[in-house]
Amino acid sequence: MAYSRMPREGLIGRILLNGAAALAMVYILLPLFFVFWLSVFNQEIPSFPPDGYSLRWFSALAEYREFASGFILSLQVGVIATFVGLVLGLPAALVIVRSQINGRGFFNSLLLAPMVVPGVVLGTALYVFQIEAEIATDLPLMGSFLGLVIAHSLIVVPWTVRLICANLVGIDRTIEEAAYNLGAGPITTFFKITLPMIRPGLVAATLFGFVASFGNLEMSLFLVGPGRTTLPIAILQYLEWKIDPTVAAASVLQIALIALALLITDHYVKLSRVV
Amino acid sequence: MASLDLQSLTKSYGDNRVVADVSLHVAQGEFLVLLGPSGCGKTTTLRMIAGFVEPSSGNILIGGKDITTLPPWRRNCGMVFQNYALFPHLTVAENVAFGLQMRKVESIEQRKRVKDALTMVRLEHLAGRYPREMSGGQQQRVALARALAIEPDILLLDEPLSNLDAKLREEVRVEIRELQRKLGLTTILVTHDQEEALTVADRLVVMNGGHVCQIGDKRDLYERPADRFVASFIGRSSFIEGHIKGQGLFESTDGLQLKVSREINLGPATLAIRPERCRLGTSAQTCDNHLTGQVEFVSYLGSALDIHVRLGTQTKVIVQLSNQESVKEPQLGETVQIGWASTAGLLYPSDQGRESYGGL
Ligand SMILES: Nc1ncnc2c1ncn2[C@@H]1O[C@H](COP(=O)(O)OP(=O)(O)OP(=O)(O)O)[C@@H](O)[C@H]1O
Ligand SMILES: [Mg+2]
Repeated sequence: MAYSRMPREGLIGRILLNGAAALAMVYILLPLFFVFWLSVFNQEIPSFPPDGYSLRWFSALAEYREFASGFILSLQVGVIATFVGLVLGLPAALVIVRSQINGRGFFNSLLLAPMVVPGVVLGTALYVFQIEAEIATDLPLMGSFLGLVIAHSLIVVPWTVRLICANLVGIDRTIEEAAYNLGAGPITTFFKITLPMIRPGLVAATLFGFVASFGNLEMSLFLVGPGRTTLPIAILQYLEWKIDPTVAAASVLQIALIALALLITDHYVKLSRVV
Repeated sequence: MASLDLQSLTKSYGDNRVVADVSLHVAQGEFLVLLGPSGCGKTTTLRMIAGFVEPSSGNILIGGKDITTLPPWRRNCGMVFQNYALFPHLTVAENVAFGLQMRKVESIEQRKRVKDALTMVRLEHLAGRYPREMSGGQQQRVALARALAIEPDILLLDEPLSNLDAKLREEVRVEIRELQRKLGLTTILVTHDQEEALTVADRLVVMNGGHVCQIGDKRDLYERPADRFVASFIGRSSFIEGHIKGQGLFESTDGLQLKVSREINLGPATLAIRPERCRLGTSAQTCDNHLTGQVEFVSYLGSALDIHVRLGTQTKVIVQLSNQESVKEPQLGETVQIGWASTAGLLYPSDQGRESYGGL
């Protein structure tokens, strides 16, 4: 009897699950949809319903220099910070997961801290630190490209550490032992066996690290100098004067870029396997 | 191919002596099996030989050369891991070629040896697959091919068959044994499955609690178990507690007088009897030990029958009958004649090895 009821319960379960998933999708996608829609409104002051549709805000985007330079800067900072985050994150993850030394729990929490500390607090702290450092050393740190890269590396590191750790934990140590057994030394084993096995983690770390840096607003607000603004800040500044759909167009481009990155990554490593 | 010697090999984790003073010699081309219950230190011993665990004391010699301090990648031991440990990102052929690349074997030779190794395990047609696309048995054979391709001095197998189903296990076991014989490989296999051990081994080492209990061939271990533990671990035994009363006489705790042929000192002792050495019915009367008892339990094993016979309040003996047409299955509660030759009984001082493994 219980047997005959099974399919029915399974069906109800499936409907509930699919319903919940659909609801979540709508909740996530609805704002995106409105951004897309707004970006093709014809009129300058968004009102509803739109007078008509045009792509002119996208061309306005290209003409507005602040966005272009902000985009370039965000890209540069994001790429370098991600690289730094990987270079720091990989050895850190190896120590956290593999070594027996005392205090690696503390070390782990320390490296994850930038993810937990609010961006504004982080920004203020770095701002004060960079001023002090500049006074002490006479190096032009405040508002510099270097200062920005250092700060962004800080918010990339938790992502790289976490994602690489997650991947490392799942790796069977006997596979590396098998490599030793076949005559490979520790360095060869690391490059030929360990690294390829944590490739999904590395790819995910790169992606999420870059996105965290590229989209960062709160912390960067404190650290940019004159004539040097990142894209999110450029958008914010633009909004102080105008509310035309150019901003929506900028967002659409940003979303498209990140979506593209996700799709390319997913082609090489199934993201559902790492996050 | 070379001989292997372990000299007083010991491994302690803190106060816990996991492997205690293990010494043994494995001749070139010999198939040795390390056998023992879970946690007795088999894997640890094997991992010390492969170089993954550093011994606390003692030496390891391969071909007479001391390699105790050599790192694993300089040892030339081929190991097959319990979980196969194949490289997931490499194809079968690349997995097998890995050891050859590390040895800088030139590529034409490499390809030939990979092909040979895969042919040996009958997987040459799957060279391009990835490990995840193969069954457990196939992966196991890839792991074997990978270890064989490097032409190791010593082949180490850590429960290589435990993930296979019973039928496949039997097949692969025979395959491994044939390959080993053909290549003349010095081999150590670790297992806790005595049937597996008995079918493949030239010699067996029975371990318990980190110690070697006995080293010998199958017959030694079965006919002359060195202690009570071995008697219960290799094959089966019924144990009778009691004491030696005098010249060739053993008295059980519940008062049965039994003749024994082997002498040990007077005092508490355990008598062990193999189920297949006991007789039932009229033929029991020809034995120099014959008693009557009640059938308490009968278990049907297909090719044989196990008859549990109670002889006294604390004495129960199992008799194994081969299942022939003439055999009449005794009824529960039936009174039967039971007997065994005094030479079939094995005697052990009572306090020996009892804590570690229960008998029947
Ligand atoms: N790194 C370690 N630290 C502490 N104790 C250990 C360590 N490795 C193994 N042991 C202990 O050593 C003992 C022997 O372990 P080992 O793995 O050699 O057993 P085994 O005979 O292979 O058992 P099994 O048949 O279950 O595989 C166990 O009691 C285990 O708890
Ligand atoms: Mg083991």
